Amino acid sequence: MRMHPLLTMTLQRLGFGLLTLFAITLLIFFAIELLPGDLAQEVLGQSATPETVAAFRERLGLDQPPVQRYLAWLGGIAQGDLGTSLANGREIAGLLGARLGNTLFLAAYAAAIAVPLALVLGLLAALYRGSWFDRTVNVATLSSISFPEYFVAYILMLLLSVKWGLFPSIADIGPDAGLGTMLYRTFLPALTLVLVVTAHMMRMTRAAIINLLAQPYIEMARLKGASPMRVILRHALPNALAPIINVVALNLAYLVTGVVIVEVVFVYPGLGQLMVDSVTTRDIPLVQACCLVFAGIYILLNLCADLLAIATNPRLMSRR
Amino acid sequence: MTDPLLSIRDLWIEGRQGRDWQPIVKGIDLDLHRGEVLGLIGESGAGKSTLGLAAMGYTRDGTRIAGGDIRFDGQDLLGLSARRRRALRGKRIAYVAQSAAANFNPAHRLIDQYAEAPVAIHHLMKRPEALREAQALYETLRLPNPQEIGFRYPHEVSGGQLQRAMTAMAMACKPDLIIFDEPTTALDVTTQIEVLSAIKGAVREVGTAAIYITHDLAVVAQMADRIKILLRGEEVEEQETSAMLSAPQEDYSRSLWAVRSHAAPARPAPPAEAVPVLRVRDVGAEYTRGTPVLQEVGFDIHAGRTLAVVGESGSGKSTLARVITGLLPPSDGAIELDGAPLPPQLAGRSKDQLRQVQMIYQSADTALNPKQTIREIIGRPIRFYRGLRGAALEDRIRELLTAIELDPDTFIDRRPGALSGGQKQRIGIARALAAEPRVILCDEVTSALDQIVAEGILTLLRRLQEEHDLAYIFITHDLATVRAIADDVVVMQEGRVVEQAPRDAMFAPPHHPYTEQLLGSVPEMDPDWLDRTVAQRAKA
Amino acid sequence: MDLHAVKSTPPTALFGMAVILLVALTGLFAPFIAPYGETEVVGLGFEPWGGDYLLGTDSLGRDIASRLIFGARNSVGIALATTVLAFLAGTALGLLAAGLGGWTDQILARLIDLLISIPSLVFALLLLSIFGTSIPMLVLIVAVLEMTRVFRLTRAVAMDVAVMDYVEAARLRGEGLFWVLRREVLPNITAPLVAEFGLRFCFVFLAISALSFLGLGIQQPTADWGSMVRDTAQLITFGEVVPLLPAGCIALLTVSINFVVDWMLHRASGLED
Repeated sequence: MRMHPLLTMTLQRLGFGLLTLFAITLLIFFAIELLPGDLAQEVLGQSATPETVAAFRERLGLDQPPVQRYLAWLGGIAQGDLGTSLANGREIAGLLGARLGNTLFLAAYAAAIAVPLALVLGLLAALYRGSWFDRTVNVATLSSISFPEYFVAYILMLLLSVKWGLFPSIADIGPDAGLGTMLYRTFLPALTLVLVVTAHMMRMTRAAIINLLAQPYIEMARLKGASPMRVILRHALPNALAPIINVVALNLAYLVTGVVIVEVVFVYPGLGQLMVDSVTTRDIPLVQACCLVFAGIYILLNLCADLLAIATNPRLMSRR
Repeated sequence: MTDPLLSIRDLWIEGRQGRDWQPIVKGIDLDLHRGEVLGLIGESGAGKSTLGLAAMGYTRDGTRIAGGDIRFDGQDLLGLSARRRRALRGKRIAYVAQSAAANFNPAHRLIDQYAEAPVAIHHLMKRPEALREAQALYETLRLPNPQEIGFRYPHEVSGGQLQRAMTAMAMACKPDLIIFDEPTTALDVTTQIEVLSAIKGAVREVGTAAIYITHDLAVVAQMADRIKILLRGEEVEEQETSAMLSAPQEDYSRSLWAVRSHAAPARPAPPAEAVPVLRVRDVGAEYTRGTPVLQEVGFDIHAGRTLAVVGESGSGKSTLARVITGLLPPSDGAIELDGAPLPPQLAGRSKDQLRQVQMIYQSADTALNPKQTIREIIGRPIRFYRGLRGAALEDRIRELLTAIELDPDTFIDRRPGALSGGQKQRIGIARALAAEPRVILCDEVTSALDQIVAEGILTLLRRLQEEHDLAYIFITHDLATVRAIADDVVVMQEGRVVEQAPRDAMFAPPHHPYTEQLLGSVPEMDPDWLDRTVAQRAKA
Repeated sequence: MDLHAVKSTPPTALFGMAVILLVALTGLFAPFIAPYGETEVVGLGFEPWGGDYLLGTDSLGRDIASRLIFGARNSVGIALATTVLAFLAGTALGLLAAGLGGWTDQILARLIDLLISIPSLVFALLLLSIFGTSIPMLVLIVAVLEMTRVFRLTRAVAMDVAVMDYVEAARLRGEGLFWVLRREVLPNITAPLVAEFGLRFCFVFLAISALSFLGLGIQQPTADWGSMVRDTAQLITFGEVVPLLPAGCIALLTVSINFVVDWMLHRASGLED
């Protein structure tokens, strides 16, 4: 039986995503093996007593061969068991759960504002290419993508929180805070992310649309007497979907990393904060778990973009 | 006489070059009456397309109308508001572009793009009526399966069919004027003749006026009532078609005509016992296993002779070049140089074997490294193969530049960017010559050039051949080039040789059926050729 | 550059070039410009602005203005070294992949794809937790991660050039791979590579500063803009702008480079408005 090409491609992409994820587990795990010396000694320092070193080795299972350790680790992940933290001995899966939720909340909050904003601005800049609006937006976004996230964050904090007292400078969300409170308390970190991500996304949208407007079929539409609005909506947009989806996915993935810095600045209890803390204490199993989760989100976003791009491609859709 | 439908007076159009505006169209006058077809011909850069678009009141980004007057049916096109001008476009003036594949929106079906102008933009009819008319027009334009073809997406339809579908789209609102901008240039000759006759028939039936833009004299002779010749944005002359063909007034027009009729004298056949300099023996080739691109291709080339390999796109002639040069090892058969087998892989060939087979490319723009000077481009093979340095190298470079009729002092330190198309192609020849080869592969070397420039290149190649006893393999789709330069001809179709013979025998009957079709599809300078040929084929 | 060229250059690019020059000179001559030493404790902690200390002192009583000036040398110097490293590796591998094609190219490209499929800041954090934070390790890790992007660009542009007939002509002549890459390919991809160097420097610089800001990059007592933001961060809640100074220096330099690169790309694309 012949499968629908759309289905074949979807399965292919899914398989490829899983393969990448598997390769990443290898990479994350065996990065430890790249360390020239002994991990326990390296982490604990030269002053550690042989007993503490031995205890550390045993807790990490360093006395077993690496392949066996990897298989045990992978098997654990498959069952939702990410191991225990070195720092406090707690289950990593439990530690991550709540933090991941917080991080995704913040990212989604920022995305909900940034995506529509960036698309509209990008479309307008492309339409009015070369105008004062386009130039202003160009300089503004170029600056914005050059700024470190903490620079933007501290300026916002200084102005909106310290000077004018509009929003709290610390994104302290209690377990019982309602949605409204959450949105209010996390407004500054979300705004920081919005400013940085919108600039990136808007520039890419503009470039994608301009690239499209140079196509001969756009000129043909104009020569048929189509109005500028019709040219955009009917002729440019259907072909722009795939590139725009790509731009959005790329920036959402970026958002998830940008979150790390912003969480630290605003002391937000998210995954990024947790990861930075565990790097400082060299809580390696926890760092590995965080890394895996971030990479997984990243791959998932790219996968979704791929699938959506396939689904909106008229060439593929029409092959029935 | 009634007022003309389109009237252009002293039109100047400028194009942006960096910071400056340079004139592209310089003071052109043009009149076109209802139902009349005007042929606009000229070489690349003559301003034909710019002028054609201006007739719709349209300029591309980076061009602007600097002066003059365009009146369409009494209205001042340049003075109209953008909205009023849009109301004319597609409805009363329509456009047919060169590349149909690029000009159809990949996201919509043909029929939806057909119906857009009459239904959605200009509100002339309802959709069912548009669909009925589309099917009728598709039939007039002899598209296969006219009831169904409109429901396909552009990528599901062949190039020749798309071109006819675009003509149908232009006719959807029954415009008074259609601009045809090189509608058949990108097509193979056997496809071109079908599209030409379809367009001609439809234009005649609807009675629309047309401006037909092309660089091909024979094509315009079939289509136009009058011909206007442009050169670098200026008018050379304008005449009724028959007068233009029989008695062109200006030197430039006459030179265009003269090129067509050129044919080199036949050379005597080589002695039977002579060892060919290159022999292609039963060669097969494939890019993916099991799907052969070449099958059992074989022929000989002798020193001092030219072999033309003729075929349309997909015939495998470019693959053949890759096999001979060693870029693609044959899956079958072998190549022999002077009777000795040539290793199949490029990497297996010795420096001396490589030296003896050289190549000249179609597009001089991509054949020369833009970052190197002429000295480096020509000097490298001399140094590489013969180890010349210093003054000896310099002398040899200058000698070669003189041989290709370029002044060494002027050109030796230039880069390709500062050269014209013909000059670049000459440098490509000098680079091949620098290796002192026995065989030169010429891959469509004149097809990107204007006719007069191409003629110069062919004359040069012929002279060099006699001076150095070179063997040429000419890969081409253009039968005029074959007639001008070949001694022997190989005709290829779908990866096989369908006929091979000396040139004069090839052009005289009897022909293989495919050769017959190929030869019969090349437009002639006779205005009745198209109607006659199509009528003959219909009878057969 | 003559007067006409200066006039036709957009003000943003001129501004950018001026800032880059200023930062470069400051970095080169830091010991002669700075009023105090890099790690010298000159007074009490948190001295106010003006007076002996132009921008006051930090928590340990070191002169902030002097540390900013030395930061131009340390932060920018380390980022520059990292970028050069990333560039050498990235272009070499990218050219090789494009030139050899086939399996070599496929394996290299897939490996790089894999490295790119982990967000680079996250990956850097993982590696730092394993290898510990030292300047050589920081340089190496960031260089490897940024190298992946240089590789991708080089491979893409080199492949565009590699299909040109002049490259085929050189191969048919019998030229070796390295000659072809060096003489036919490389000269035709320098323009995008130069622009990429500017952009890549920005990314490297921001990445190292971010790690330093997180306390995982350049460590005390070395004067570095990223870690200076961290050290003074808590002052922001008292309405002090001090943490914004080093952060502003980082922003200013990256904006400047982006302005210059944007102008260069714009010029190279042949579009002028």
